[in-house]
Amino acid sequence: MNKQEFLEQLRKGLSGLPEDDIGERLTFYREMIDDRMEDGIPEEEAVGEIGSIDELISQIISDIPLTKLVKEKITPKKNLKVWEIVLLALGSPIWLSLLIAAASVVLAIYAVLLAIIIGWWAIQIALCACAVGGIAAGIVFVCGGNGFTGIAVSGAGIVCAGLSVFTFFGCRAATKGILILTKKFAIRIKNCLIKKEEA
Amino acid sequence: MDVQLKRGLLDVCVLAAIKSEDSYGYKIIKDMKPYLELSESTLYTILKRLEISKMLTVCTAEHDGRLRKYYHITADGIKRIEDFKNEWKEIMSIYRFVTKEDEGDE
Repeated sequence: MNKQEFLEQLRKGLSGLPEDDIGERLTFYREMIDDRMEDGIPEEEAVGEIGSIDELISQIISDIPLTKLVKEKITPKKNLKVWEIVLLALGSPIWLSLLIAAASVVLAIYAVLLAIIIGWWAIQIALCACAVGGIAAGIVFVCGGNGFTGIAVSGAGIVCAGLSVFTFFGCRAATKGILILTKKFAIRIKNCLIKKEEA
Repeated sequence: MDVQLKRGLLDVCVLAAIKSEDSYGYKIIKDMKPYLELSESTLYTILKRLEISKMLTVCTAEHDGRLRKYYHITADGIKRIEDFKNEWKEIMSIYRFVTKEDEGDE
């Protein structure tokens, strides 16, 4: 691949990104190749030393902050055709409501998941409270001369303590799980936006 | 290596590469090569970050009938290198503390 082909492919791969970003990067890589050639390295080899173009493109995209990508996505492109604008405006009652509905469903599922985990933690706290309360009440009963009740109540307390230790690990794993899920989801949204840009 | 630590180190390396005289992209990579391999895309990100944080300035000059970007270190950039040298002393004393027990084992 020669320099021109490399730069054209790079431009194509980055299309959809902010124009000033593309221009600046192309200038940078052109200079890099020119300097290598000036150093006596043949053109094709100089281009090869820059590395695989696909890797380069994905690295450049991952370097650009999500906010900038989203901003570029939302900013209407100047070359939007009139009929596209008309279609977008006329169709807005349909696609806008569908989009809002889809987003609401995703949010609702997420909220439900969060609620379940919060519920588990509540059970966890309740078990701990029962353990402490049960054992304390048991001691009070025993001291008050009510031996059997005391043993039964503190027994229940100890069972709660055991259960709470057991459930703690479950709660922790579930919380970790949802954090990972959230992160993955955020990355997927970012990738989704980038792919749309490339198309 | 820890990403944050590596990022900080690379910033200082690039600043050191332009400290004695203004330099350009390819020369920075070549000068650093004996010490560490740096890819073009990484260098671009570092230069951009240093420019935004005003540790270097960029100027375009003509070279051999084409344009080339030269990077010039600022007072903030020089200060960053000095800070790094001082930080490094602290890191070395932490290193000695961390490896103290290893020496005892041997």
